[in-house]
Amino acid sequence: MALIELNQLTRHFEIRPGLVDRTVRGKPSRLIKAVESLNIAVGENEILGIAGESGCGKSTTCMMIAGLLPPTRGQIIYRGSDLATADAAVRKEHRRNVQMIFQDPYESLNPRFRVADIVAEGPRALRLWDQKEIGDRVESMLAGVGLNPGKYTERFPHELSGGERQRVGIASALVMQPVMIIADEPLSMLDVSIRAGILDLFRELQDQRGFSSVYVSHDLAILGNVADRLMVMYLGQAMEVGPVEQVIRSPKHPYTRALIGAVAVPDPRVKRPVPKISGDISRPIDPPPGCRFAPRCPYADDSCHDTFLELDTSDPTRHQAACHRLHVLPDEGL
Amino acid sequence: MTKVTTADEFVLQVRGLGVRYQTSQGTVHAVSDVSFEVRKNEVFGIAGESGCGKSTLIRALLRLLPDNADSAAELALYRDQDLYGLSDADFRQNILWQEISLVPQSAMNSLNPVYRVGDQVVEAIRTHRRVSKAEARGRVAELFDVVGLQADLMQSFPHEFSGGMRQRAMIAMSLALDPGLIIMDEPTTGLDVLVQERILRRIREIRSEISSSIILITHDIAVIAEMSDRIAIMYGGQFMEQANAIDLFENPYHPYTLGLKNAFPSIRELGSELISIPGSPPTLVGPVTNCPFQPRCPFHLDRCASENPLPINFGEDHQVRCFRSEDANQLRHLAAEKSTWRSLN
Ligand SMILES: Nc1ncnc2c1ncn2[C@@H]1O[C@H](COP(=O)(O)OP(=O)(O)O)[C@@H](O)[C@H]1O
Ligand SMILES: Nc1ncnc2c1ncn2[C@@H]1O[C@H](COP(=O)(O)OP(=O)(O)O)[C@@H](O)[C@H]1O
Ligand code: SF4
Ligand SMILES: [Mg+2]
Ligand SMILES: [Mg+2]
Repeated sequence: MALIELNQLTRHFEIRPGLVDRTVRGKPSRLIKAVESLNIAVGENEILGIAGESGCGKSTTCMMIAGLLPPTRGQIIYRGSDLATADAAVRKEHRRNVQMIFQDPYESLNPRFRVADIVAEGPRALRLWDQKEIGDRVESMLAGVGLNPGKYTERFPHELSGGERQRVGIASALVMQPVMIIADEPLSMLDVSIRAGILDLFRELQDQRGFSSVYVSHDLAILGNVADRLMVMYLGQAMEVGPVEQVIRSPKHPYTRALIGAVAVPDPRVKRPVPKISGDISRPIDPPPGCRFAPRCPYADDSCHDTFLELDTSDPTRHQAACHRLHVLPDEGL
Repeated sequence: MTKVTTADEFVLQVRGLGVRYQTSQGTVHAVSDVSFEVRKNEVFGIAGESGCGKSTLIRALLRLLPDNADSAAELALYRDQDLYGLSDADFRQNILWQEISLVPQSAMNSLNPVYRVGDQVVEAIRTHRRVSKAEARGRVAELFDVVGLQADLMQSFPHEFSGGMRQRAMIAMSLALDPGLIIMDEPTTGLDVLVQERILRRIREIRSEISSSIILITHDIAVIAEMSDRIAIMYGGQFMEQANAIDLFENPYHPYTLGLKNAFPSIRELGSELISIPGSPPTLVGPVTNCPFQPRCPFHLDRCASENPLPINFGEDHQVRCFRSEDANQLRHLAAEKSTWRSLN
């Protein structure tokens, strides 16, 4: 059984015009369709990577999976039960077992708590261990994320750099020993030499204890390194999913091809071809039906503008792309 | 491949540059004893992690340091002009923007929100050149075209631009007066990959059309590899190693360069294991009396903790600051092993 399954998961945000526009000019409110009909499952011990440009719905998806934002439509199925209708015990188990690491940890760290108390907060609230053990685990977790406990336990969030705050956020999630970690761009504020260390820690803990993860990043090179499977999103829709090497080495979808082709390579001899798409990403405000990439896609035809092909979760290991036109795309291995 | 360079091939020559900040924690030696040249028509890349002194270095050259900073250099020549010898007025009138322009690190926020983007570039031109408004507008339309912005966008306000468009507008501004040297401080940091790709491609095209040199600053090893002719790797306020791009990637000498390469993922090499560099960068408080990398270096000798290594030349175009640079062959092998980096602490 999958640990988490998303079934037609959808989230819209309403933008209401100002009072005058609404009442006098009769302007209707508009919908930002941030996440649209996602179907995907994450197995036990599996790391699902989510890639896509800013605004494609990655954070909104994370918040829904972590139970921090209700879906507009669709289901989140945790170990077989639909969270919306599950009993209190299941929901409580979900809250404890699914931990989130936030993109900007500044918002999520209580400014009046010291680092040690921030990391100890979760285990204390759920009385996971006695005080002494909580203290020991907090210390070793801080050391594990590269924050020397002697130096950092007594500090407040405002006394930390962005990278240090991010590490406190990571320690707070990991110390709970969750079965699933939702990591929303957890390394974006860290320097390269330190990033690899956090990835190591992540992998080590995964080997030792095992946990699943939804790992979000706009950096495909990092996802190629951590994820088992990869999902690529564009303006709220899932464009492609599959085992990470397959998606990166032989992307199917025209958007995935462009995205992967645009990633710079740390080798001065490599010359990359020019990506084939033009235009800029917009926002999914009252989008027409169909594939949201169609307006920028060099291969789109009427079917693309009319209907969107949803991914199908029946076989989670399959490499598939939500594209009507796969049969006309050129072969282009990287 | 190597050729002898003469002084008139250099756009910029810097020797022994240092910058200090006075802070409540003490004197921060943000840049210490940095020397380099930028040749005509080349992209000189400076790569290093945050806080290593990249922005400070170029702010010193452009006299944009805050009041708590002071800087000095044995030599700082732009073509044949002594940058430290000019008066402030002279510098502002004749060098800044005219000869050396800057795309600042926070370029996204560098446009004035209440003026139209096109007007801001027109103003920048008319401050330095006696040209009519119409002529300046024509020039701005050309510049917008060069950076890939449609001319009608000149009428827009900054808030109507995406991050990538604002960045392109700042690059247009930096080109306005045909400077001989353009300095770009993290020009694509924080932008999405497709936008970054398009801007970098545009910078490459511009470089082949005009005769300016570019200093490109970034913490992104992949970007620096793709863009630069020559590269300096900066750590703790000093250049640890500098060389032409191919040599730096294929024959690195410095332990920090070796470590960075291990730590940086490549989309072309999925399975390869990433190796981190344990520890954290120096605070830069107090003068440099050691190798700045010594506390994190698995190869350090006793003297590394008490002496600052001087640059050593390897061939025409490769300089290294490390007491163990003669052992590079051996260190390259060791550095590829994860256990080498673990054995510290
Ligand atoms: N609370 C909100 N109210 C209105 N719009 C929102 C809200 N949260 C997100 N959005 C919009 O939903 C879209 C997806 O956002 P997000 O999930 O943050 O994307 P990502 O994390 O991929 O950058 C964006 O267009 C964003 O502006
Ligand atoms: N205005 C300032 N006052 C005091 N210290 C500063 C100031 N600006 C930068 N520094 C310090 O100088 C060092 C180099 O900073 P910077 O040049 O911004 O690095 P980079 O651009 O490589 O990230 C850092 O230690 C930083 O904290
Ligand atoms: S000088 Fe010494 S400490 Fe510095 S990099 Fe070389 S071996 Fe390591
Ligand atoms: Mg996000
Ligand atoms: Mg900087």
